[in-house]
Amino acid sequence: MIVQALIDQGVDTVFGYPGGAVLPIYDEIFQQNAIRHILVRHEQGAVHAAEGYARATGKPGVVLVTSGPGATNAVTGLTDALMDSIPIVVLTGQVPTFMIGSDAFQEADTVGITRPCTKHNWLVKETDALPGVLHEAFHVATQGRPGPVLVDIPKDVQFATGTYAEPKPSVSHYQPKVKGDMEEITELVAAIEKAKKPVFYTGGGVINSGPAASQLLRELVKSTGFPITSTLMGLGSYPASGENWLGMLGMHGLYQANMAMHDCDLMINIGARFDDRITGRIDAFSPKSIKAHIDIDPSSINKVIKTDIPIVGDVGHVLEDILKVWKSRGRKTNSEALAKWWQQIEEWKAIDCLKFTQSGKTIKPQHALVRLEELTKKHDRYICTEVGQHQMWAAQYLGFEDPNRWMTSGGLGTMGYGFPASIGVQMAHPDALVINVAGEASWLMNMQEMGTAVQYNLPVKQFILNNERLGMVRQWQELLHGERYSQSWSEALPDFVKLAEAFGAKGILCSDPADLDDAIMEMINYDGPVIFDCLVEKHENCFPMIPSGKAHNEMLLGEAQTQGVIKADGAVMV
Amino acid sequence: MSPLKIKKGATSHSAYNLRPTFSDVVERHTLAVLVENEPGVLARVIGLFSGRGYNIDSLTVAEVDHTGHLSRITIVTSGTPQVIEQIKAQLGRIVTVHEVHDLTVEGASVERELAMFKVSGTGDKRVEALRLADIFRARVVDSTLESFVFEITGAPDKIDAFADLMRPLGLSDVARTGVAALSRGE
Repeated sequence: MIVQALIDQGVDTVFGYPGGAVLPIYDEIFQQNAIRHILVRHEQGAVHAAEGYARATGKPGVVLVTSGPGATNAVTGLTDALMDSIPIVVLTGQVPTFMIGSDAFQEADTVGITRPCTKHNWLVKETDALPGVLHEAFHVATQGRPGPVLVDIPKDVQFATGTYAEPKPSVSHYQPKVKGDMEEITELVAAIEKAKKPVFYTGGGVINSGPAASQLLRELVKSTGFPITSTLMGLGSYPASGENWLGMLGMHGLYQANMAMHDCDLMINIGARFDDRITGRIDAFSPKSIKAHIDIDPSSINKVIKTDIPIVGDVGHVLEDILKVWKSRGRKTNSEALAKWWQQIEEWKAIDCLKFTQSGKTIKPQHALVRLEELTKKHDRYICTEVGQHQMWAAQYLGFEDPNRWMTSGGLGTMGYGFPASIGVQMAHPDALVINVAGEASWLMNMQEMGTAVQYNLPVKQFILNNERLGMVRQWQELLHGERYSQSWSEALPDFVKLAEAFGAKGILCSDPADLDDAIMEMINYDGPVIFDCLVEKHENCFPMIPSGKAHNEMLLGEAQTQGVIKADGAVMV
Repeated sequence: MSPLKIKKGATSHSAYNLRPTFSDVVERHTLAVLVENEPGVLARVIGLFSGRGYNIDSLTVAEVDHTGHLSRITIVTSGTPQVIEQIKAQLGRIVTVHEVHDLTVEGASVERELAMFKVSGTGDKRVEALRLADIFRARVVDSTLESFVFEITGAPDKIDAFADLMRPLGLSDVARTGVAALSRGE
C-alpha cells in the first residue's frame, strides 16, 4: 500500500536505510521494480540526497528510514530542508502501536522530535488512514511554500491490510493562495514606472515556483532594463551571463549588488526573505527605498523589514500579472534616470571586487574555481557545495545560467550537505556532470557516502579546496577574536587519494597551479566518482565581506581594510 | 586586536534584533484559533510560541465542533504590533490551523474566565469572605467549617480583583481556566 501510494505520486527514487521498524516496507520494495531504492550509509545522507534530488528536479525527494536512531539521524536534514523550503517526504518506521510509550527498543517520539523541523508531520495509527495521509503528505510538501514532511508509521500498521485509495484532487483544506492581489500588483507597477534607481532582489522562491517563474523573471528584467541581484538560494533564476546581472548580494555578495541595494529607491523582493545574511544591519538597510515584497508565505512579510507593497502569492503567478499590467499600461519606465543609475552601477562594477592575484607555487582557492568554471561551464553541469569559505567562493566565481543547477545549504548552513546532495542530483540526472565544491572539513562530515557513490557508480566529482583549516571559522577568529585560532585547523587529515582508492574510487591530488587544468580535465573525463584533493592557500580570506553589525555600504573589499572593523556589538552575532 | 568586551544589551544592532524600526509598545491581544482536533495540534501551537519566543498570558482549548472535528484555542498574548502580526501569520502557517481571529482588533468581543478559590479561615474573616463573594456573584461550591470553595465567572480583571480581596482573608488555592472569548453580534 505504501509503495503503491509512492508510485501513484510519481516517485521513482527513494533514499533510505532499513531497520527493524520498516522491514515490512522493505519487503514490499524487494518485490517490485517501479521504484528504485538507493541505500545510503547514514540517514542524514539520505535526507540530503533527497534534498539534492528535489532541488535538481523540482519534484519532492523521498526518504525511508527506520524508527529511533533512523529518525533522529534525519533531523538535521529535515531542519535543513525546512530552512531552505525544499519539498521532501520522509517515511519513518515506528514501534508497533501497542508498544508506543513503553520505551521499546529503537523507540523515539519521532513526531514530537520532528514537529518543529517539519512543515507538518503525522503518526498514522490506522491502516485505513494511511493512503490518505500519504497523499496529503505530498500535497503539503509541495503546495504553498514547500518544505519537509514526515509520516511515522508503526510496524503493526505496516503489516495490516487495508483498503487503498488513489490520490484524489486534493480534498485538503490546505490550499495556499497563489494569485497576488491585483490592487497591490498595480501599485507595484506604478512604482516600477516611476523608479529612478530600482533593483530586483530575487531569492529561492523564484526557483521553487518552477522554471516558468524564471522565464517570466527574465522577461521582466529584460523589458524593464532594471538591474537584478539574487540571494545565495536564488542563483540561476536569472543567468549569470545576463546583461542586467549584478551578482549575488549579502554578507559575501558583490560590491555593486550591495551598493545598489543600499542606494536604490525601489527594491523589488521576489521570493526572498530578508535573511540576516542579506540585510546586515537592519536599521541601516536600504534607507531610501520603497520596498515591495512578493512571497507565498504571509509570515515572511514584515517579519524583518517593513514592506511598503506586500504581495502574497506564488512568484510565477504574480510575475505574470505584473507583466500583464505593466504591458497594458504602456511598458513605461523612467529611462533617463535609469541610464544614470546604470552609470553609477558601472562605476561600482569597475572596482572589480572579486579580483585576486594568482602568483607563486600555491593555488589560490579563487583561482581553482575560476579554472573549474572555465573548464566545466560548457557541460550539462550541476554544482553542490558544503558550507564555508569554499561555498561563498563558488557562489562568487561560478556562473549559473539556469535554475535548479545550484544546490547549497543556505538557511541552516549544514556542513556535510554537499556530498550526499550531489548523490541525489546525480541520481536525478545520470548523464550530467555533478560537482560538489567542498572544503576538507565539511566533506569529512558525510564522507561515508563514498560507499553509496561507488555502489551505484555515480560519477560525482568531489572538488575539495583543502586548506587544512575550517576556513570561515579561521577567518572570523582572525577578524574578531584576536587571531586566536581555537580548534579551527584540520589535523590528522586522511590522504584523500588513498581514501578514494580504499572505496574503489579515483583520487587526484593537485598542489601546483601549473598542473591544475590537466588535473581538472582528468577529473571530468573519469567515468566514476572522483575525490579531487586541491591543496590551496591556507590563509586566504573570503572577500568582499559585510562585517557583522555593519550596513551594505560599509563592506570590506580586501585584507587592508580588516583591522579592527568589527566592534563588540557586531562580534556577538554569528 | 582588542579582546571582546561585550556589554549586556550591546546587541541593539544585532542581525537577530528583528524589529528596531517598529513600534515597541506592547499590546495585549486575544486570539481565537480554530484547529483540527487531532493529536499534537496543541503541541504545534505551544511549540510555535516557545520556539519563536512569543508570550502566552493564558490559553484555553476544547473541542467545539464534534462532527467538524474542530477545536477552538483561545490565546491571550502580548507583544508589539509587529510581533502580534507575526504570531498570527505563523499560526496561519500551521497546516492543521483553519482560522485565526484577532478578537482584539476584529470589532467588539466578550471575554470570560472561570475560576475557583479556596479560602480558609474562621470568625470575621470567614463572614467577610462570604459577603464579598456575594457582591462579586461568586457561588459557594464546597464548604467545611473552616473553608469555602468559591466559583466565579467573569472578565479576567474581575477575577483578579476578587483574588486580591480574598488574599488577606485566607486564600489558599486558586484554579483558573484561562480566557474564553467570542466576538459580539452576528
